[in-house]
Amino acid sequence: MTRPMLANLRLFTFASPPRFYVLAGRLVPWLWVVAAVLAGAGLWVGFFQAPTDATQGDAYRIIFIHVPAAWMSMLLYMVMAFWAAIGWAFNARLASMVARAIAPTGAMFTFAALWSGALWGKPTWGTWWVWDARLTSELILLFLYLGYMALVNAIDDTRRADQAGALLAVIGSVNVPIIYFSVKWWNTLHQGATISATTAPKMVATMLTAMLLMTLACWAYGFAVVFTRTRAIIAERERDAKWLNGVSS
Amino acid sequence: MTAPVFSAVLGRDLRLAARRRVDALLPLAFFAVAVSLFPLGVGPEPNTLRQIAPGVLWVCALLAAMLSVTQLFAADQADGSLEQMMLASGAGSASALSVAIAKAVSHWLLTGLPLLVVAPLFGVMFDLSGRSIAALCASLALGTPILSLLGSLGAALTLGVRNGGVLLILLIVPLCIPALIFGSGAVSAVESGASARGHFSLLGALFIATALLAPLATAAALRIATE
Amino acid sequence: MTDSPSAVAATDLACRRGERVLFSGLNLAVHPGEIVWLRGANGQGKTSLLRLLAGLARPAAGRIEHGLGRERVYVGHANALKDDLTVAESLMFLSRLHGFDTRAEAHEAALRRFGLWSRRLAPVRTLSQGQRRRVALSRLCTAPATALWLLDEPFDALDAEGVAALNLLLAEHAARGGSVLLTSHVALSLSSPEPIVLSLGEAAAA
Repeated sequence: MTRPMLANLRLFTFASPPRFYVLAGRLVPWLWVVAAVLAGAGLWVGFFQAPTDATQGDAYRIIFIHVPAAWMSMLLYMVMAFWAAIGWAFNARLASMVARAIAPTGAMFTFAALWSGALWGKPTWGTWWVWDARLTSELILLFLYLGYMALVNAIDDTRRADQAGALLAVIGSVNVPIIYFSVKWWNTLHQGATISATTAPKMVATMLTAMLLMTLACWAYGFAVVFTRTRAIIAERERDAKWLNGVSS
Repeated sequence: MTAPVFSAVLGRDLRLAARRRVDALLPLAFFAVAVSLFPLGVGPEPNTLRQIAPGVLWVCALLAAMLSVTQLFAADQADGSLEQMMLASGAGSASALSVAIAKAVSHWLLTGLPLLVVAPLFGVMFDLSGRSIAALCASLALGTPILSLLGSLGAALTLGVRNGGVLLILLIVPLCIPALIFGSGAVSAVESGASARGHFSLLGALFIATALLAPLATAAALRIATE
Repeated sequence: MTDSPSAVAATDLACRRGERVLFSGLNLAVHPGEIVWLRGANGQGKTSLLRLLAGLARPAAGRIEHGLGRERVYVGHANALKDDLTVAESLMFLSRLHGFDTRAEAHEAALRRFGLWSRRLAPVRTLSQGQRRRVALSRLCTAPATALWLLDEPFDALDAEGVAALNLLLAEHAARGGSVLLTSHVALSLSSPEPIVLSLGEAAAA
């Protein structure tokens, strides 16, 4: 019945809230700098360097926000579900706190993907919204994020809330592959994948560069925000612990 | 070892429902009222009604199922019966699973099955063809168990939580959306003369996947809630 | 007595409720034939300990070992009765649920012990608190003979007759090799076997 002594493994050295609090606190300013620099570079390349698209004109440039946001929305959900599951399986408090910290950011990216997609859809498809497979499942993803946040906030007992949230997050993770593969399975309005791991990309090099720069910028931003929020959750939950009083924020 | 638990819980639930027949029929009444609102709100034009019928009937069935599932575990938790059910057969994981399955089955028998019986009547009210009504019944026959299974999962997750009913709907409806799409899509396809085989295959696959996975998740949620 | 195998033994047990640690470093053992009276102030974790031993929750630390082939019966603070079922139906449901004796004779004997036979067809909602407690306790009669009984405030709401019936039941159970761990905020009037008093505050390290 005893839990494995994870604290002895070097891998989990930073799995203790105090150590994470300090480490994250040091990294966050640098992450913001990296995010700003990459975003600036990505937007500059995307809006000024990349050529005008043959069919869509300049409206396509929203892709540099839309695609990274969509990728982040799916990726963050899987990361959130992963850490929530780890927190549940190993009774690791920090993992559960990280999962809770990810949820609002993931929801924001999902909302950004839907919103930017609508802005893109109007000039190109002629409509703000269409109920095809990919859009519908991305909307469902937003509901899953909101549902997770609602559930963990509704249960007062933090341990039970973390566990129930982890179960919900894992169940909902079946939706992410559906979003990803929906354009392949159903011949619907949304275009297919432009970048895949196996074939050469079908885009011009500068467009690709801009998109990858923006994706990395979103990554850095995501880390910065999630780390900051995790520190806030640690401070809130461990406010009675002695170690917190000796640490400067 | 688990069969006694399953049959004991299911038998008890059905007996309790028989003693409170009015309460058991409330979801059905909700369904009837909700469905009737649409012709009143949208207008009585037969072609319009025929087009929206599959969606309207399916959505109202979904909402009726969700509203009646909120109380699935709450009463048992309040009077201590849920603890006893979790302790059956030695407090192993088998008891939680049996309870989860029994509760989902009882919910389907008390809400899903009556909906299945009553739906053709409303199909006629919406001027659906005979083949469409048959497709409606078939899609509900596959779909309502999915709703019961997912609903019981939601009820277990939100057990004892403030505003649990609304939260349950927020959590579970996104998971029910694929069943809704394929279920009502099947009826629409038949109504417009196309083949609904694809829809039914997907609905069937959803049913199998949900039947295999949802009880496990519900059992885990029950253990989390009673710990 | 202590070298016979125990019905249940807990080592270094810790219990957490929410973020609070209720107790830690708890060691206890209950042996066949023993009646252990768990005492402690409100909020110290008596109910939580019973739930841990019953298997409803997992301990935050430590180990619980149950004697081989020992059935557990947990009668919690709540009666686990449905208002709309009759007394007889309630007993049958709980007995069937746990795989206890479901024979009609056994149930009649159980209900007669607690003076409920005349009310066996009455819905639970028509019973008083004390009568409901008796129904909840009656399933102890249909449980396996040498089971471990975990009882949370079993004497609650019982009148003198009910207390006498329960005392007799406890004595018989201990005599045939069963074991009991119970909590009670009123003094026990049971004299043989003499209940072993276990104070939660002393048994735990915290």
